[in-house]
Amino acid sequence: MRFKFEKRPEASTAMLYLTPVVAVIVTMVLGGVIFSLLGFNGFGAVREIFLSPLINAYKWQDLAVKAAPIIIIAVGLSIGFRANVWNIGAEGQYIVGAIAGTGVALLTHQMSGFWILPAMMLAGVLGGMAWASVPALLRTRYQVNEILTTLMLSYVSIQLLNYLVFGPWKSPTSFGQPQTVLFSSSQALPYIIPGTVVQANVIVTLVVVLVAWFVMSRSVFGFQIRVVGSAPQAARHGGFSADRTVWFALLVGGGLAGLAGILEAAGPFGRLVPQFPTGYGFTAIIVAFLGRLHPAGILVAGLVLALTFVGGEMAQTTIAFPFPAVGIFQAMMLFLLLAGDFFVRYRMVRVRPQTAPAAASRPETA
Amino acid sequence: MHTAVPYRLELEGIVKRFPGVLANDDVTLRVKPGEIHALLGENGAGKSTLVKMIAGIMQPDAGTISWNGQRIEIHNPRAARRLGIGMVFQHFSLFEALTVLENIALGLDARLSPRELEARVREVLKQYGLSLDPHRIVSTLSVGERQRIEIVRALLLNPTLLIMDEPTSVLTPQEVEQLFVVLRQLAQEGCSILYISHKLHEIKALCETATILRGGKVVAECDPRRETSKSMAELMIGASLREINKTASRQHGHQKLVVNRLTLPGHGHFGMPLREISFTVRAGEIFGIAGVAGNGQNALLLALSGEAPAEDADAITVDGERVGRLAAKERRLKGMASVPEERNGHAAVPEFTLADNSILTGRDRLGMVVSGLLRPKIARDYTGKVISTFSVKALGHASTAGSLSGGNLQKYIMGREILQKPTVLVVSQPTWGVDAGAAAAIHQALIDLAAAGSAIVVISQDLDELLSLCDTLAVINEGRLSPAMKVAEADIHKIGLLMGGIHGETQQEAAHAV
Amino acid sequence: MDLVVPIIMTLIPAATPILLAALGELVAEKSGVLNLGVEGMMLTGAVVTAAVMLITGNVWLAILCAALAAATASLIFGFLTLSLSANQVATGLALTILGTGFSSLFGQPFTGKAVPLFRSPFPPELATHPFWSVIFGYSPLVYFSLFMVVAVWWFLQRSRPGLVLRAVGESDISAHSIGYSVIGVRYMAVAFGGAMAGVAGACYPLMLTPQWVERLTSGRGWIALALVVFAAWRPFRLLAGAYLFGLVMTLEVYAKASGGGFRILPSEAWAALPYLATILVLVLISMRRSGSTSAPACLGKPFVPTT
Repeated sequence: MRFKFEKRPEASTAMLYLTPVVAVIVTMVLGGVIFSLLGFNGFGAVREIFLSPLINAYKWQDLAVKAAPIIIIAVGLSIGFRANVWNIGAEGQYIVGAIAGTGVALLTHQMSGFWILPAMMLAGVLGGMAWASVPALLRTRYQVNEILTTLMLSYVSIQLLNYLVFGPWKSPTSFGQPQTVLFSSSQALPYIIPGTVVQANVIVTLVVVLVAWFVMSRSVFGFQIRVVGSAPQAARHGGFSADRTVWFALLVGGGLAGLAGILEAAGPFGRLVPQFPTGYGFTAIIVAFLGRLHPAGILVAGLVLALTFVGGEMAQTTIAFPFPAVGIFQAMMLFLLLAGDFFVRYRMVRVRPQTAPAAASRPETA
Repeated sequence: MHTAVPYRLELEGIVKRFPGVLANDDVTLRVKPGEIHALLGENGAGKSTLVKMIAGIMQPDAGTISWNGQRIEIHNPRAARRLGIGMVFQHFSLFEALTVLENIALGLDARLSPRELEARVREVLKQYGLSLDPHRIVSTLSVGERQRIEIVRALLLNPTLLIMDEPTSVLTPQEVEQLFVVLRQLAQEGCSILYISHKLHEIKALCETATILRGGKVVAECDPRRETSKSMAELMIGASLREINKTASRQHGHQKLVVNRLTLPGHGHFGMPLREISFTVRAGEIFGIAGVAGNGQNALLLALSGEAPAEDADAITVDGERVGRLAAKERRLKGMASVPEERNGHAAVPEFTLADNSILTGRDRLGMVVSGLLRPKIARDYTGKVISTFSVKALGHASTAGSLSGGNLQKYIMGREILQKPTVLVVSQPTWGVDAGAAAAIHQALIDLAAAGSAIVVISQDLDELLSLCDTLAVINEGRLSPAMKVAEADIHKIGLLMGGIHGETQQEAAHAV
Repeated sequence: MDLVVPIIMTLIPAATPILLAALGELVAEKSGVLNLGVEGMMLTGAVVTAAVMLITGNVWLAILCAALAAATASLIFGFLTLSLSANQVATGLALTILGTGFSSLFGQPFTGKAVPLFRSPFPPELATHPFWSVIFGYSPLVYFSLFMVVAVWWFLQRSRPGLVLRAVGESDISAHSIGYSVIGVRYMAVAFGGAMAGVAGACYPLMLTPQWVERLTSGRGWIALALVVFAAWRPFRLLAGAYLFGLVMTLEVYAKASGGGFRILPSEAWAALPYLATILVLVLISMRRSGSTSAPACLGKPFVPTT
C-alpha cells in the first residue's frame, strides 16, 4: 500500500486549528526526549517549563505580565504578515517606543497629574511608528526589502538606548549605574489587582486584541490587508493601493510595538536600563505564527510563550536546567507549526496499484 | 502491398487521474512513421496531460506505451529525448535571463562545447530556413522568436517524433504558414508529428489523421482532409453547434467610450508602452481588439481598468466625462468595469470565497461597504444571484474561487461584472481555457449586455472569437492600434498582416542582424 | 600612511566571515531559495568551532564540524521549505532562533575560554613583515575565502551544473519540464549555503575574537544577506562589497583605539555605523537600478511539481 500527497481543493480548517496544538504537544515530547538523550533531566524540564506555572496559581500573574507585551507586539506584526509585509525589527520599534515614552517621563518628572501616563503611552506609540516609518518609506519609494531595513534599525536602536542610558539620561542619583531615574507615581503603571503584580498593561492588551479582531474581520481595512497579502495584483485591480497598505501595516506594527515598549518600561521595569531589550520583538514573531495571525489565536499563543519563559526561570532554579534552552523549545514549536502547515494544504491519499481504472471515490486519511 | 510497418508510437488504455478529475480515460492513440497526426479537443479535454506522459514529464496510472512496436516505459524527459521524442511546449520552457544558446544547451543531454553547439544551431537554422541570434537574451525576444528556440532545441535531437502543443496560438497567419513548411519538410524526412490544437482550419490544412478527445476519452478518429470543420467541431463538443443569437443589425447609440491618443510608458523592465491609441465604442457596440500575445494587450487593459492611470485626463472619456487620470475605484463609480486576462490572482483571489471576491470589485457600487465596515449579507446575496443567473457550478457563496473549474470561475467573474450593469465593460481573453459550454454562455451574456446599451471592448488572441462576436475590429501591434474596421467587411489576410506588424520587416531585420 | 597596512590587516579578516556567509547564500539564492537563517547558522558554526578547538585542539576538525553542523541545520530548513513547501521567510527566522538558542546553550561551558588562533601558514618573516604581511599575514580562512570567490564564479558561469542551478532559479517549471530535479538542486544549494555559513562562524573564534561569548556574531549574518543583494548576485562584486563593509567596521575599531573618534561621535554611533551603512547601500542600489532587478526570478517561491 503506497501513499502520496495531493493538494486539497480548499485549506482544511480542522488542521488549521489542530496544528498549533499538535505543535506544542510534539515539542513537549520531542524536547523531553532530546534533552534527556543529551544528559539533562529532559522530562523534568518539560514539566517545569510547560506545566508547573499552570499548576501554581501564584505564577499566573507572572504569566499575564510576561504575555502582555508579547501579545501586543504580535498583534501588530500579524497584521503586517497577513499583508506580506515582513516587519522583523519589532524589537527596535519596541525599544524606541520605550525611549520616546521615557523622554516624556523625564520631562514631566517633577510634575504630577493623571494625564502624564497617557501622554507617555502616546509618545511610545508615536515613537514606534516613527521608527517603522523609515522602512515603510524605503519600501514604497525605493523598493528596498523591509526585512533587512527593519532588522538593521533594531540593532541601531540598541545603540541609541545604550547611548542615552549611559550618557545624557543617566540618573544623577544612581551612583554611576547606567539607568534613568525611577518613574514617579504618576508615571508608573497602576496595579489593578491588589496584592499582585498585575498592572494596567494587561487591560491594554485585552483592548488591543479585541479592537484588532474587530477591525480585521469586519472592516474594509482588514479586507484590504488580506487581499494585498494574498494576491497583490487582484488588490490593485480591486482599487486598493499597495503602497498605502505597506504604510498602514508598518505603522500599525511599529505603533503597537512602541506601545508595548513604553508599557513595559513604565510597568515591570519602572525605568530604562541597558538590559531593557529582552527579545520580545522576536518572540512576538513566533507568537504571531503560532496564533495563525489571528488576534484570538495570538492571545492563546502569547500565553503559551509566556509559559515557557516563566517555566524556564522556574526550571533553572528548581532543577538547574539552563535557561537558554527555552529558546530551543520555542524554535521547535515554530518549526513544527510550519511543518504542520503542510497538512493544512495537502492530504494523504492511498495509491491504487495499476489495474483496471475505476472512477470510484478514493479512501482518504488525515 | 507492403508488410505492416509498426506504429512509431502506440498508446493503449492510458489512464491518468488528478484530484477530482479523470484527465485521461482509457485513451488509445496510434501514430505512423512520417505521419502528421492531429490531437484534437477543446481546453480541458486531456490533450496536454496525454502529451506530457509521452514526453516523460508524468507517468500514466494505467495503460501501455509502445515505440516502434516495442513495449516501453518513459520514466523521465531524458528517456523520452533518448528515444527521439522532441517536444515544443505550449507555455515555453525557457529561461528569460539566459541566452538562446544557454537555453538550448539546457534542453540537450549531450555535452557540447559552446562553439560546437553554436555551429550545430546555425546548421539547423539554415536547414529549415529559420532565423535567430544565438547570443540574445531570451527576455528581449518576441514570442515567435521564442518558439523558434523551442523548435531548434527539439530539432537538434534529430527527433523521430515531434510533439507540438498548441503552437500557433502565438503566431500571425503568415508565421503559421512558415511553420507548416518546416513541419511538412520534417514529415517528408520520416519524422512523425503529433500536432495538438483546437484550431480546425489549421488541422484541415496540415494533418492526415486526427484523434479527437473529449472529457478525457477518445471519441473519434478521422481524416481531417475529408471532414468538415463543422463535423469535427461537433465531435469535439459532443453536441450540435448552436448558432449564437446575435440580432442582425444592432442599433448603436451615442459614443460611450472614447479613447484618444492614449500613451503610457512601459511598465516594469519589459512592459510594452502604449503609443497614441485611439478608438471609439458606441452604446450597444462590441469592439474587438485582435493581436498576437505580448503586443500591449495587458498594458491596454490596465490603462482602461484604472490600474495604470494615464497622465492625460482627456485620454479616456466615458459618456463625455474625462476619466483618464482616475484610479480603478473612481472608474468603477463612473460605471466602468473590467475583466483582466488572468483569472487566478488578478481578476479573483483564489483563496477567498466567492462572496469575498464579490466585495473585491463590487463593494463601492453595490453598497457592500458602509462607513468603513463590511456588509457581508449584501455580498452573499449578490454572489448568490450571480451564481444562479450564470449557472456557476459551485457549492455556494462560501466556495473558494480556487476550487472552481476554469470555466466556472470565468463565468462567475463575468457575471460579477455584468450584473453590476456597467456602462462600459472591457474584457481580455474572455474564454481562454474555458470549455465550449461556458464559452457560449459568456459570449451570449456579452451580447445581451450590449443589447441593453453598454459599450463593450473585447481584447482577444482568438480571431475566430472576435469575428463571431464583434461589430468592429482593430489590431494592436507593438503598442499601436490600427484603424478600426467593420467585421462584416474584414479581410483576414489584411488582419494577419496587421497582427504581424505593418512594419513587419523590422522584426526580421533585427533577427538577421547577427 | 602608517595606518594603511594595519587598516588593511584589520579590515580583511573582519570582512571574511561576511564574505563566506554571503557566498553561500548567493548560491542558495541563485537556485531560488531565500534562507534567512544565516545568522543562526553562523552562530552554530562559531560555537561548534570553539567547542571542538577547546576539546581537541585540531583546527581542521573544528572547521569541518562547524561546516557539518551548520549544513545539517540548513537541511532542516531545506526539508521544511523544499519538501513541505513551508513559508521560506518564517522558516528562515525559525532557523535563526534555533541557532541562537542552540549556541547559547552549548556555549555555556565554553564561555570566555581562550581559543587558539588559526594563524597564517606562511613563514614568520613574511607573515609578520611590516609590508608583506598585507599579502601573507592572514589566516588560511582568508585565503580560502578568496579561493571560494573564484570557485563560485567559475561554477556558476562556466560549468554545466552551475548553468542548471541558474536555470532552476530562473524558472523552476521550465527546468522541471526538461527533466531537472529542482528540489534536488535546491537541497544541494541550501546545504552548501549552510556549510559556508558554518565556516564563516568559525572565523570568529579562530581569527577575530579568540573565544566564545553569546551573540558573538551580533547581526553580521544579516549584513551578509544584504551584501548578496548589493552585489547583484555576482561573486566578484560580493568581494568588493564585503571589503567595503570590513572598512566600515574597521573604522569603529580605530575610532575606539585613537580616542579622537569619540570627540566627533559617541562610541555607540560608531557601533551603529555598519547597520546604517547597510541601509544606505540598499537604498543606493535600488535607486541605481530603478526598475530592473537581477534577482533570480523564482527567489523565495516554493516549487510544487505536479506529477
